[in-house]
Parts: sequence; structure tokens; C-alpha cells
Amino acid sequence: MNGALRIQVSQLARRSVLRTLRQPAQIVPALVFPLFLLAVNASGLQDATNLPGFPTDSYLTFVLAVPFIQGALFSVMNSGTDLARDIETGFLNRLALTPLHGAALLSGLLAGSFVLGIVQAAAYLSVGLLAGAELAAGPAAIPVILALSVSITVAFGTIGLFAALRFGSGEAVQGLFPVFFVFLFLSSMALPLDLLTTDWFHAIAAANPISYLLAAFRSLLIEGWEIGPLLLGFGIAAAIMAVGMFAASSALKTRLVRT
Amino acid sequence: MIAVARAVAWRSIHNFLTNPAFLAPAVMFPLFFFVSFAGGLAAIGDVPGFDFPSGYTAFQFVFVLLQSAAFGGVFTGFAMARDFESGFGRRYMLAASRRSGIVAGYALAALFRSFVTWVILTAVALVAGMQVDGSGVDIFGLYALAMLVNVAATLWAAGVALRVRSIQGGPLMQFPVFLILFLAPVYVPLDLLDGWIHTIASINPVTALLEAGRGFISGDPILVAASFAIAIGLTLLFTLWARGGLRSAEAAG
Repeated sequence: MNGALRIQVSQLARRSVLRTLRQPAQIVPALVFPLFLLAVNASGLQDATNLPGFPTDSYLTFVLAVPFIQGALFSVMNSGTDLARDIETGFLNRLALTPLHGAALLSGLLAGSFVLGIVQAAAYLSVGLLAGAELAAGPAAIPVILALSVSITVAFGTIGLFAALRFGSGEAVQGLFPVFFVFLFLSSMALPLDLLTTDWFHAIAAANPISYLLAAFRSLLIEGWEIGPLLLGFGIAAAIMAVGMFAASSALKTRLVRT
Repeated sequence: MIAVARAVAWRSIHNFLTNPAFLAPAVMFPLFFFVSFAGGLAAIGDVPGFDFPSGYTAFQFVFVLLQSAAFGGVFTGFAMARDFESGFGRRYMLAASRRSGIVAGYALAALFRSFVTWVILTAVALVAGMQVDGSGVDIFGLYALAMLVNVAATLWAAGVALRVRSIQGGPLMQFPVFLILFLAPVYVPLDLLDGWIHTIASINPVTALLEAGRGFISGDPILVAASFAIAIGLTLLFTLWARGGLRSAEAAG
């Protein structure tokens, strides 16, 4: 990275991080909502562990993977809404008049998602472990869980950037939230794939990448060190990030031509 | 008052039916909840001690029906807040001879949007093989209960919308409803809940509504008088709440 690009990225990253930290409305729901659902689901579905073949006797441990994905979904909204606001207020147009590199803009904007991802992951893991969840892989897995969570959060953040650049409206970005929630709901969120007894639901969940992101977290929480699910989880996050960045870069070019 | 209510309801229903941004979430959200719960959690019906005679699909249908009733009211509250934020609400206030008719109009619109959702939800549930063991009277009781929940939720949301008069009050309308719904026996019957969730669910009025609804669909009605008393009580309470909101909006000019 040359000096100019480094300065551009750091300035935009600083702005993105400060902007995220100064908006409790972005941070609080991203922390409270997943933790509330964690508490309700962990208690309400504890009896699911009595099903033959359920991988653990603690539903809390099983469902602790879910807040990491829910938190990442908030990243789509936050990164996308921030950029959409920049478009709506004309800030992007002003940036376009500077010699700013497109990659610097996108990378810098993701810094807010990165920081929020760390805060979220630390909060979910701390609350989960304090509430009695197990961590089969031991304390050494904590940085891996944080890294996986941040990777997914940033990867989903790129989709938010793409949506903002493509539609140029915060309302359109907000409208994506239910769509992404559908992906979460149609996954192995509540029960392991093997215990999804409804055929069509099993087929959808098995094809849904979210199921494998959840499996990566669960491998560390329930099984211990299993390299396969972890590699798959990081690989899917990397693939989403690559596709999201490519799409956002293309949309940025189009957006700048338009303006 | 009836003319005011009819005019407000007509505009709200027209907006609902002609704007996909309003229509789609109202219909899609309950369907996704239903698909996710009834499809993804079907194995919960095999948990030892789970003995709901009509099966897990019917068990979850009742929750999603009551949830859609409550959120139909909340989403109408959003529309009301948006109208007041944009200034349209003030024009209603100037034009209406009886201002309580404005709230009544929104409540009628909320009922209509819930009816649309229920028709689609019920059709999907029946196609998915939901077992209905209740008689016609039982099923009427189930939908009557859902209607009361819808009216109560609308009046709650209207009270907030009229006080805040901005869409920024949305979380304030939505979150308490979400909270009280999910602190009830959503996934398994009350008897199978343990710990803090059992304690809270035992005193949560929504539990009685859910148990009554599940009793209706399985043809074994329970807690009928209690559930209707709760639903009517909530409706009366939130009528006062909405009336206070109307006074607040009037005072704001």
C-alpha cells in the first residue's frame, strides 16, 4: 500500500469508527436484540437437548452461535445506512472531487463494521460463557471465535456497502434487513441439520451458507478443535467478502459516473 | 365519528394495498416466522412431554397468528407516526369533527391488514398440512381472540405514535410487544419450560392467550373466559392510553 492510499484509508477508517461509536442507535440494538433472543431461545428450547442425537446437553451452548450471525446482519444495516447517508447528503459527491481511491473508500468505510464486530463478538461470548455456555475448544478458541465473528461481520458489511451504492437510499438498505433475516431463519439456527425433520426445510438449510457459518462456531463451542468446519466457515466469510467487495467496487464506479 | 373513521381507514387501507413496501413485510414476516418455526422446529414435537394433539404445525400457527395480529397493530402505529411526522396527521386533526374517529379509522385499517395476512397465513398452514381439530365455534373463538389482540396492539401503538408523532418512536411501539410475545411459551408448552422463563411466562398475560388459542385449534378449549377477559382488559387499558395520546397531539397543536 503506498503512502497516499494509507492516509486515505486511515482517515476514512477513523471517520467510520468515530461515526459508529457516536451512534448508540447503531450499537445498542446490535448488542441487545441478539442477547435477548439468546436468553429467550436458550431457556425456551432447552428441552430440545432431549432429542436423540442432539450434540450437547446445553441448548445455550448450541444457540450461542446465533448472536454472532445476527450481529453481523446489523453490520449490513449500519455500514450500508452510513454510506447511503453520505450519498443522500452529497458527501460522496464531494469525495469524488478528491483524488480518493475507490478501494480506500470501501476499506475505510468497513472500519466501523470491524470495530463493531469486535465489540459484538466480545459481548456475546462473554455473556454466553458467564451464563454457563461451554467452550469445548478451551480458552485458545476465543481469538479464533473473535476472528471468525469479525470476518463475517465485515463480509456482511460489504453487502451493505453494495446495497447503499446500488440504491443510494438508506430506506432501501433498511429494507434488506428482513431479507437477510430470512437466510438466518431458514438455516440450522435452532436445530442441527440432522434433526431438521421436514424434508424441504432440511434441503434449504443444507444449501444455506449461514448453516455452515453457524457450524464453524459450534465446532469450537461443542466439539473442540475441528479444522473442517472452521475452514469452511472462514472460507464462506472470505467468499462473501470477495463477492461483496467486487459488487461494491462495480457499484461505486457506476455511482461516480452517475454523479 | 363513523364518517371520520371510514375516511381514515380507507386512506390507510389504500396505502397498504397499493404500496408493496407496506404490503410485503406485513404478509411475508408472519409467513417466514411460520415456515421457520413449524418447519425448522418440527422435531420439537418429539420432545418427551410434548403432547399437543394437533401437532407442532398447529401449535406454532397459533403463536404466529397472534403475533401477526399484534404486529399488524404495531405497523399501523408506524403509519400513524409517519402521517403525524409528515404533517398529514395535523390536517386530520383540523378536519375531523370527532378526533377519536381518527384512531378508530387506523384501528379499522389495522384489522383489515391483519385479515389479509391471516387469509394467506391460514391458507399456507393448511397447504402445509396443519391439523385443525377444533370445531367451527372454536376456530371462530381463535380468530376473535386474534382480533382483540390486534385492536389492543393498535391502540398501544397509537398511544405511542400520538405522543411521539415521529417514526423515531417505532422501536418504542415494537420492542415491548416483541418482548411480551417472546416471553411466553413460544416453542413448547408452559409445563416444559424451566427456570426464569417459566416464572416470567407464568405471569405473562400472553401465555393465557396462547394457551387459549392452542386449546381452540386442538378442539379442547381452555382458559377461554380468562383469555377474553385479558384481551378485553388490554383493549380497554390501551383505549385510555390512546385517548391520552390524542390529548397530547391536540395539545401540541
